[in-house]
Amino acid sequence: MRAPDNPVAAKQDVLLAVDNVSLGFGGVKALSDVSFDIRKGEIRAIIGPNGAGKTSMLNCINGFYYPTEGQITFKGVKRPKMRPYLAARGGIARTFQNVALFKSMSTLDNIMAGRSLKMHANFFWQLFRHGPAMKEEAAHRRVVEDIIDFLEIQHIRKTPVGRLPYGLQKRVELGRALAMEPELLLLDEPMAGMNLEEKEDMSRFIFEVNQQFGTTIALIEHDMGVVMDLSDRVVVLEYGRKIADGTPDEVKRDQRVIDAYLGVAH
Amino acid sequence: MLYREAGQYKTNYAADMAIFPLREDRVGIAIIILAAYSLAFLGNSFLLQAVMIPFLVFSLAAIGLNILTGYTGLLSLGTGAFMGVGAYACYKLMTAFPGVNVIVWIFASGFFSAAVGALFGLPSLRIKGFYLAVATLAAQFFLQWCFIRIPWLVNYNVSGALDAPLRTLFGVPVVGATATPQTRYLVVLTIVILLTWIASNLVHGRIGRAWIAIRDMDLAAELMGIRPLQTKLLAFAVSSYYCGVAGALLVFLWYGGAEYDVFNINQSFFILFMVIIGGLGSLIGSFFGAALIFIMPIVLGIVLPAMLSPFGLSVGADVIEHLRFMIVGALIIFFLIVEPHGLARLWQIGKQKLLVWPFPY
Amino acid sequence: MDILYKIFVEPFLFMVEAPDLLIQTLWEGLVSGVLYALIALGFVLIFKASGVFNFAQGIMVVFSALILVGLYEKGVPAFLALLLAIGAMLVLAVAVERVVLRPLVNQPDIILFMATFGLTYFLIGLGELIFGGNPKEMITSALFLPQGTTELEMFGGLVRFQHLDIAAAVIASIMIGVLAVFFSKTRIGRALRAVADSHKAALSVGISLNQIWVIVWFAAGIVALVAGIMWGARSGVSFSLQIIALKALPVLILGGFTSIPGAIIGGLIIGVGEKLGEFYWGPLVGGGIETWLAYVIALLFLLYRPQGLFGEKIIERI
Repeated sequence: MRAPDNPVAAKQDVLLAVDNVSLGFGGVKALSDVSFDIRKGEIRAIIGPNGAGKTSMLNCINGFYYPTEGQITFKGVKRPKMRPYLAARGGIARTFQNVALFKSMSTLDNIMAGRSLKMHANFFWQLFRHGPAMKEEAAHRRVVEDIIDFLEIQHIRKTPVGRLPYGLQKRVELGRALAMEPELLLLDEPMAGMNLEEKEDMSRFIFEVNQQFGTTIALIEHDMGVVMDLSDRVVVLEYGRKIADGTPDEVKRDQRVIDAYLGVAH
Repeated sequence: MLYREAGQYKTNYAADMAIFPLREDRVGIAIIILAAYSLAFLGNSFLLQAVMIPFLVFSLAAIGLNILTGYTGLLSLGTGAFMGVGAYACYKLMTAFPGVNVIVWIFASGFFSAAVGALFGLPSLRIKGFYLAVATLAAQFFLQWCFIRIPWLVNYNVSGALDAPLRTLFGVPVVGATATPQTRYLVVLTIVILLTWIASNLVHGRIGRAWIAIRDMDLAAELMGIRPLQTKLLAFAVSSYYCGVAGALLVFLWYGGAEYDVFNINQSFFILFMVIIGGLGSLIGSFFGAALIFIMPIVLGIVLPAMLSPFGLSVGADVIEHLRFMIVGALIIFFLIVEPHGLARLWQIGKQKLLVWPFPY
Repeated sequence: MDILYKIFVEPFLFMVEAPDLLIQTLWEGLVSGVLYALIALGFVLIFKASGVFNFAQGIMVVFSALILVGLYEKGVPAFLALLLAIGAMLVLAVAVERVVLRPLVNQPDIILFMATFGLTYFLIGLGELIFGGNPKEMITSALFLPQGTTELEMFGGLVRFQHLDIAAAVIASIMIGVLAVFFSKTRIGRALRAVADSHKAALSVGISLNQIWVIVWFAAGIVALVAGIMWGARSGVSFSLQIIALKALPVLILGGFTSIPGAIIGGLIIGVGEKLGEFYWGPLVGGGIETWLAYVIALLFLLYRPQGLFGEKIIERI
């Protein structure tokens, strides 16, 4: 894993910029004219009421959808229309709102699958599971074991993830994303449906990932307490539009944000 | 108390990642392989020719289909045709280059079916589920038509059927009318063991994880950098390779010659049934499934007439065949309802029970 | 260049030169297209109501026809045999619901799909066990189906219209019309569509899934029986008819699994395309391409439009 960057100096560089992005499905507009940026090393929160287009935004960022208008620039390069695996190759990992683990595989194999991009032993050696193929498996197993230790999930190492409780599944999913050693980690509601204790654990992991490995994180979350504590900057979406952008304190005081969350008297 | 995990410590990751991490499992496998080889010298030729050789051939085909349908989650109804490609390719190679050893051609013929399989796998990027199943039916019917209509494939032979020319290995005939069941059994057994070992290596490594990832959650797999088209095509190619080799073995080491009709849609279905009953996504299940589906009618053919003869009833071969269809159909439904993971799951449960025996927890 | 000429020019010249043959081919394609559509309709019925892709529909066509013919052979009067065949379809519907669908409710679609493979083989075995495996003649005259041909002179040649084909086209069209009305206008039709959308939601508004399933499987059984009588009258009743019935699958791919108009148009495209292909291009490759042409047409079409003719574009979500 990479050494921690200097957080203060690094936070000035823009890692990913979203410029005037719109996304439509037929007649429905999921995003209209959204612009914001994500700086290297920060924790960026995307919040907003249900149906505001937060997940669509993440889907655009990792190449699952292609914006109908506008553009996304990642590491200074304008993003062409492409398949999602290229985004993964570029260093973007993510977790999903409804856990998208490989249900029949064990925790270990799920996280190992996250190492797919880093494994190169060729087909010939794979046939025999010896030599370079086995050496590589063992080397990556070591990295995976580090992640398992970090997330404190040693005891479920060989359990098929389909049998795990929801909170642990979310943790395994985070582990799988970390195994990709991403530069940008997208977390879609990492704490949805968790109890207080699990939320505290998860917040700690997210914070430590950011601090220890210097990974840039963009997260969607509904729990305002968590968002305000964790994130460096917050962007607020409503009906596919950006209504506010700034530090947690700025956003908290913004009248439009308050209206969006509490409703306005007409 | 014979089967215990306790006391076997692993000191490196390679040992922990071994396919059979338990000593008892390794011993068990060794015993099974040994028994299989000694059967060649103990069993009579009926047992070898009519039971063991076909069982091994179908197991190999079932492993092939299991890689595609069980591990990668792509349903194929074209298995029979892919086996046919292997058989016809092997025939052409064997007769075009009679000087090269036949074993080489059996392995080489798989590459032809792998290429054809990958070609028909191309639509799998865009279509899934039963749409894909219908697409593979296109392969089944198109390839079967090729087998009938292209006389070049059978060297313009008047009967239109494949025959097995005499071929030897170390001076002993292995293909052709003079090859004994014993030698053919030994050759088939060796090939099946080798290919099963390779399949097990593949599914336990990076490639197998990619296949299962595509099956369990294809979108998430893609977002993690697993390329869907390559992974699926590889599954089609490897799967068809196994089916192709199985097809070549079927014609040249079991039947000793065959017509196109061997590779019809019923063959495709019966191999699929072996995979479903044996267990989707399990190599050992492929053997169980092949055993059940293939050996059941043989047993039925012996047991049923014996049971009914005291009552003065006789049972024809056609009735056995009809009963076989009914029982197989009913078994499929039964397994899908009661144990969708098939016989392999029952085996697993059995081993789990044995691990904790004599305490039930 | 010669081969290109043979593929792209000659067949069309031939069509223009001998329009009577073209009409004849089109007519035959049309009739088999309507019958494909009828079989496909059975699939659509069940798919709409239970989300099950019923692979056994093709076998139900053969099975029902076999019961009819088999009973007649055993001395049962034709119309009683027809009633009994309908009764057998009801029994089958109830049995399938009890034994297959109920225990598998809420399983993934692909599991249910595979369960219908099991059903297919069970029915093949059962049918052959009871009635034997040899092909049988359809009891055309006993059911008062018209026979004989009308020859019309047109475009300087004779075009033959089998009366049976005309009857088949008319009866199939009526069936399709009745079902379309049944689906869109009746209370049961609405319930069916609700069930198709979501089993759980349908249950929660008080629709009895079990009842609905029996009804659709019974309806699909009757459709199968009609299709079986018509196909059987044209090409005999035996399990090789299954291969014909399977051609409803490409029809479905073309038309989409849930659309009745789709099934009709898909059926016509496949029926006509196949006959034209066989007659005009088949000889170039030695004939017999009817066995796979439909699948290849469907396959190529899928690559271009994975959602079918009438399906909506699928938006993947995660």
